[in-house]
Amino acid sequence: MTLQALLSGQGLMFLFFAVAAIASGLLVVILQNPLRAALSLVINLFSVAGLYLSLNAYFLATVQVIVYAGAIMVLFLFVIMLLNMGQANLNTSYRGVRTIIAFSSAIGFGGLMSAVALKGQPDVMLPADAMVTGSSAGSVEGIGKVLYNPNLPWLFAFEWTSFLLLVAVIGAVVLAGKRQQPSEDKA
Amino acid sequence: MSELLNSPVWRDLFVNNADQIPWYAEFVRSLLRFVIALAGGLGSVPILVWLERRLLGFWQGRLGPNRVGPFGLLQPLADALKLMMKEDITPTNVDKTLYYLAPAIALVPVICSLTVLPWNSSSDWGAVAPHLNVGILFLLAVASIEVYGVILAGWSSNNKYSLLGGLRASSQVISYELGMGLSIIAVLLMTGTLAMQELVHSQTIATNVPIPDSNYSVWTQSVSAGFWNWNIFKLFPFGLVAAVVYMISMIAETNRAPFDLPEAETELVAGFHTEYTSFKFAMFFMGEYANMMIVSAICVTLFLGGYTAPWGILGQLPASWTFFPSSVLNFVNHVVIAPAWLFIKLYTLISFFILVRASQPRLRYDMLMHFGWKVLLPTALANVVLVATSMALQQLFGAVGHFIAVGIAGCLATIVLWVAYLHWKARKSGDEASRLPIRRESVVRAIAARMPVED
Repeated sequence: MTLQALLSGQGLMFLFFAVAAIASGLLVVILQNPLRAALSLVINLFSVAGLYLSLNAYFLATVQVIVYAGAIMVLFLFVIMLLNMGQANLNTSYRGVRTIIAFSSAIGFGGLMSAVALKGQPDVMLPADAMVTGSSAGSVEGIGKVLYNPNLPWLFAFEWTSFLLLVAVIGAVVLAGKRQQPSEDKA
Repeated sequence: MSELLNSPVWRDLFVNNADQIPWYAEFVRSLLRFVIALAGGLGSVPILVWLERRLLGFWQGRLGPNRVGPFGLLQPLADALKLMMKEDITPTNVDKTLYYLAPAIALVPVICSLTVLPWNSSSDWGAVAPHLNVGILFLLAVASIEVYGVILAGWSSNNKYSLLGGLRASSQVISYELGMGLSIIAVLLMTGTLAMQELVHSQTIATNVPIPDSNYSVWTQSVSAGFWNWNIFKLFPFGLVAAVVYMISMIAETNRAPFDLPEAETELVAGFHTEYTSFKFAMFFMGEYANMMIVSAICVTLFLGGYTAPWGILGQLPASWTFFPSSVLNFVNHVVIAPAWLFIKLYTLISFFILVRASQPRLRYDMLMHFGWKVLLPTALANVVLVATSMALQQLFGAVGHFIAVGIAGCLATIVLWVAYLHWKARKSGDEASRLPIRRESVVRAIAARMPVED
């Protein structure tokens, strides 16, 4: 990205949200207090939503806020608050394993990033009718037309994703449902 | 005067179309629209507080505040002064950052959601952000982050009652958000748009007025086509069901009676804002009332025709009054009458909610969750499916299709009610026969377990 592109309105927006995303992402890892780390993650999700906005993907941005910041992170906070997790609970166990995992995932992510940077252009070409341009790009209509188009490969993936979610919902119901209690009275 | 009106700056600020003005004019316009929204939104909080206390007094056979000013109208002002003059106490062991942040987080999303509320059909001045085409999704997103203020307030106060209140509030809000979202989806299916302005247009006769020399080709002007075109009456029982589900979840969402468990005094002192005083408390208070106003305004926009009149002629001055210049007629129609209808509907709806508060006892917590997840959510979900069915059948069979869908809905409702009745009957007969003795026995056992054993 050239300097001139960065100084346009969209570029400034990108800069702001990118810096916010990286800073809050670092805070998630660095902060000792689990509640604050979770709140940094909320800020991070908002920044990513802002990045989507700067790409004109309004639908994706709002859905990101609704699903991640509004629902999933609230449940995270719930668990943290209910268990009343302090700093002491965190740093006791599996120190060595955690270090290994942290290093290996850092190396993996770094490799991925450098591969993208070296390659430059993605070699995935969209079919012509998947290109939604103009004002409908990133809007609900645009996404719907691409996602539900039977000539494109994404309809299948979409349906299977929803099927997977259904399986998860049923699993949650089964796991959380009432167990058959062994009858304890009549003693 | 005419010199001013024809000056380029004035034309940029108030006359030209949005795509023909420099960026500073757009900025000033946005600022002005936001000031209008704030004045309407936060300015109606004191009126709301006064209305609520007077109406509660009326329904409970009391007088209500009637001493400060005419009819006690200045009472909210006195209350606000009192709140600001009070000592601002910060308890010792609170998490300071989050404790200070929480009231702001509770108030800011409420103000944000003002931005997409349309108050007239003008394409430039009809809302703070009149061209946002994902308006209703934006509202849902903002509503879903409101809960953070409550959670953080409860947690950072370092007080178990606050924490319990915060947890209750957030789980309640999350649960009822689902029913709310599904009832909104039913409306979106009927209207086929996410933009708030177009939601209103779809409930009226919308005429497209061409805008010359502009990238925006038309200005959609909506004139009321009568209240029977409102979404609440569309696809007859389905629109009504969606509206009722929305209204119930909206009361739960704003934590008001009979769903005001987060602030149940008998159990939790004052819930999540127990430790807050002075202006920080005032911010929670303000946020709560502003939130109530905004969810009602959204309800009006979604289901009750928004800013349009219930009947065409009530929404505008007669076009035959040609002794006024057309600019004056336009101004009165769009700036006076349209917002006036919005406010009339809004306050009628809010008065209804105050009546609900005055007349209904508070639910128990498990009843609240039971109702939200096992009654409201399935109803809303079935409603969405039935709306879709009705629309699909209407494409196949014309208007008859809707009646087929209504028939399906009737069969479903009958089956569900019948099964519920059977369950109720079985439980009722089972209560006397088997459940009570076991319960008594277990109580005795529990007491015996705690008694000191004497050998």
